Amino acid sequence: MDFKGSDTIPGPRTEDHLPHTAQAAVKIVIVGGFGVGKTTMVGSVSEIRPLTTEETMTQAGVGVDDNYGSESKTATTVAMDFGRISITDQLVLYLFGTPGQERFWFLWNGLFEGALGAVVLIDTRRLEVSFDVIGRLEERGVPFVIAVNSFPDAPRYPVADLRAALDLAEEIPIIDCDARRRASSRDVLMTLLRFLHSLARAKAAR
Amino acid sequence: MTPPQRRRRYPSQETEPPPTPAKEGQQGDTKAPERLYVVAGPDGERADIDLVTLIVARADPPPSATPEQTAMLRLCTAPLSVAELSAYLSLPFSVVTVLLTEMLTAELVQARAPIVRQALPDRSLLEAVMHGLQRL
Repeated sequence: MDFKGSDTIPGPRTEDHLPHTAQAAVKIVIVGGFGVGKTTMVGSVSEIRPLTTEETMTQAGVGVDDNYGSESKTATTVAMDFGRISITDQLVLYLFGTPGQERFWFLWNGLFEGALGAVVLIDTRRLEVSFDVIGRLEERGVPFVIAVNSFPDAPRYPVADLRAALDLAEEIPIIDCDARRRASSRDVLMTLLRFLHSLARAKAAR
Repeated sequence: MTPPQRRRRYPSQETEPPPTPAKEGQQGDTKAPERLYVVAGPDGERADIDLVTLIVARADPPPSATPEQTAMLRLCTAPLSVAELSAYLSLPFSVVTVLLTEMLTAELVQARAPIVRQALPDRSLLEAVMHGLQRL
């Protein structure tokens, strides 16, 4: 293992330490195609500089990843950026931006299983890259909202057209956002939380 | 202009309940916290560690600690998520999981389990997160 001496490991800056009272963490996954703005969104709301965790795909990728039949291809590194928001002294929220390709998801043990929910970040110039992601989230029963990152030159579709194109149920929120802006990214997270809350309320009423 | 159209692949599964079987009644109210880790077995078993499990050092690095363990213990004198440990140590999540499994067994660190979504999260938890976000 290529391991640096423990003296050279950079740790969290003093202001990035969590309080000792921190008891539990929850997570939200931001998922979308390459270049759609996942890391930008994580960075705009995170209280820490976004960090990157990497995973190496080796044997486990055989038969899952298309490695063109090359038995000698040993490792592919997949990176995931994440950020953090302290909710209370006890509770911490983590935001993970993960690539849309489902073949990478198995690398992250329980990434979606334990998540409160997901934000599907889309770029209307490449709407079709999100189709697979949405299908997978539906299959896994992960609640999600759609956030349309408003790139200046991206086509604007009426929400009804987007909903039809994405074949989304009426109750699933679709919101425009500018992932670079903290307030806008926070509104996306609030939209997800309100949606989750309405689901929990509906379930309690049954 | 008409956007491209998604074709739903498994429409029948859309309303399928989540995989964890829901217990009757009082979902999320009085349920005891689920134990989220197991003590590792002899060969290669891994504790059930999530990316957002918070890790706290229980002791100073013992003389027998490996360099990785020493680095880990120095990082998590205050609680730190497994994802952050992985990022600061530049080690893959899977490797950190293996290291932590040993360290949990040796009682060098303590794991504070994440709150996982059961059928649906508890409403008071969601409200707490909303209040926190509003302060951003």
